[in-house]
Amino acid sequence: MRYIEPHAHMVSRTTDDYQKLAIAGCEVLCEPAFWAGFDRASAQGFHDYFRQLTEYEPKRAEKFGIKHFCWLCINPKEADDPVFAREVMSLIPDFLEKKTVLGIGEIGLNKNTRNELTIFEEHVQIALMHDLPILIHTPHLEDKKKGTKLILDALGNFSALNREKVIIDHVEEHTAAMVLEQGYWAGMTLYPESKCTPNRAIDMLETLGSDRLWLNSACDWGISDPLAVPKCAIEMKKREHSAAFIEKVVYENPARFLAQAKNFSL
Amino acid sequence: MPDKKKIADLHFMDARCKLIDLAAFFDRMDRHEGAADYRDQALRAALPILLENRGDRAKAVLDFLSDESTELLESAPFQGAFGAPMPKKGGAA
Repeated sequence: MRYIEPHAHMVSRTTDDYQKLAIAGCEVLCEPAFWAGFDRASAQGFHDYFRQLTEYEPKRAEKFGIKHFCWLCINPKEADDPVFAREVMSLIPDFLEKKTVLGIGEIGLNKNTRNELTIFEEHVQIALMHDLPILIHTPHLEDKKKGTKLILDALGNFSALNREKVIIDHVEEHTAAMVLEQGYWAGMTLYPESKCTPNRAIDMLETLGSDRLWLNSACDWGISDPLAVPKCAIEMKKREHSAAFIEKVVYENPARFLAQAKNFSL
Repeated sequence: MPDKKKIADLHFMDARCKLIDLAAFFDRMDRHEGAADYRDQALRAALPILLENRGDRAKAVLDFLSDESTELLESAPFQGAFGAPMPKKGGAA
């Protein structure tokens, strides 16, 4: 089975994980910029991180026959200081010249603060200026519903935004419908403890439709599973979904969304 | 699509395991010393939703465990989240 992993934080994973992903059928992997588990002390730290995403990780993935793409931003956890966030954001335009950058992400909210929202909106403006797709992180656990509503309200103020070029990630049963109803794509993250289990994600595919949904592992430095997407595909097969339906969800859907990025290719 | 028996064949044991684990968690919380914990209380308060006659229990539980406030915070009090709305000082969640 071939598949696309549209959201994985490989800077936090071992080379063994690339090998496992390749064996499982991963052909393309996309890595959004994120919080590395600790707050970086300077914009220079982000400059190094953006180089890692655009120069080093594509080479590491290529050794296993996997195409690696990335998204750039300052993540919401480090965006509560707007002066610092803007210093980091000023680095982004130069990196947009790199041939594996897809767009702006994963931007969004963490604790639903005023500064986080301001920086989120400024990121959206960068994406619009450069005609880039956007990948959005929604907050964790009890903060997710409120944060998703705030994000949708904020996006609604951008009249020039093409909603089909925006994916709102980490949806669960209480946020998926509101995202899809407003014309955006939605991502379901498969985590062992928080976010979605494979069978809950399949439930949502069955009840909400599968046209603008993708699955991802969002594997990172925490409790997460880089093979979550192919494992979910096995659960789909157990639930008697056809090979064509599984291919649509794990390969064709992410390929269709990502094809909107100028630098994306299969 | 699989029928009810097939779904039960696939998922009953996993659901049974999680239900017993939840019961054991409540026993464990009751057995140990200390003040009542808002997360434990939130889980117990959500349990009636499981027996409601509706097709969106997972959504209803997630709604129940969500912060339903609408105002932006002036600054982040901390970076993480804990799975249930934290009680406001001097009042309910």
